[in-house]
Amino acid sequence: MDRGQVGRWSLLGYRILGLGIYRGQSGQWSWFLHRLSGLGILAFLLVHIIDISLLELGPTYYNDAISIFSTPGIRAASLILIAAVMYHVFNGLRIIAIDFWPSGVRYQQQMWIAAMALAILCFIGMGIFVIGPIFGFFTPGVGPLVFM
Amino acid sequence: MRINQSSPNRKISAYGAPQRPLQGGFELYSWYFFRFSGILLIGFVVVHLLIMHVANDVHCTAYDFVAIRYANPYWRLFDWMMLMLALFHGLNGLRIVIDDYVRPYTWRLVAQSGVWLLALTFFWLGTIAILTFHAVPNPGSPCVAHPLG
Repeated sequence: MDRGQVGRWSLLGYRILGLGIYRGQSGQWSWFLHRLSGLGILAFLLVHIIDISLLELGPTYYNDAISIFSTPGIRAASLILIAAVMYHVFNGLRIIAIDFWPSGVRYQQQMWIAAMALAILCFIGMGIFVIGPIFGFFTPGVGPLVFM
Repeated sequence: MRINQSSPNRKISAYGAPQRPLQGGFELYSWYFFRFSGILLIGFVVVHLLIMHVANDVHCTAYDFVAIRYANPYWRLFDWMMLMLALFHGLNGLRIVIDDYVRPYTWRLVAQSGVWLLALTFFWLGTIAILTFHAVPNPGSPCVAHPLG
């Protein structure tokens, strides 16, 4: 596929989805999602470093700023982050398996399905705790000292 | 199979896994760093998520929570290692994404310089925040009693 054939979809297809970089098989989507989730997590990480750097300004500023994270809207938005992390974790393990396990390539598609299944499972498990407080489940509390 | 012809030392297989750079050098170290830091980060991030979202809740992970946690230097070390691994794993990813999409030399130079600037700035911001945190008395806390009152 050359640039001309891609036409008006060139930006989305040719560049962003990577159709012009390589025409993979099922792995193309695993690659695209890995890249997308990675960039999303990086964006959050930079925001997160900025918010922890507010610790220097003292408790009033810090608590004001990070109380945003426990508002219902941001709790819901955190689900996107949790989903991205879970996908990136399990697909990352799949990539390492393809690289270092000699039969990894042969089972790449099965491993992708397994990675997706595990990511969805862990996303649900984790997500319940994150959005629970919106609906009155898992009301905010502090765990034993060992978990701090 | 089409591969990225513009950078022969960095190819992606048809299975969505970047191939190990054959020519060695920086790209090979980058390739190994991705995998090594990725494995470590899984452990760090799982523990971090369980502490911040399951054992506790974001409503309670406020200033006093940090004060209690950071009384223990090992938690500072834990957080700092996680932060540095995540930052350089992520920015190394951004570096490769820029190489893939930004083709004109000048724009690539500008973008890659931006990545290094981000690396320096956020390394500094994160390190200062974690290593120099010194708890001050806090009148009100959402969940926990402050160790200093």
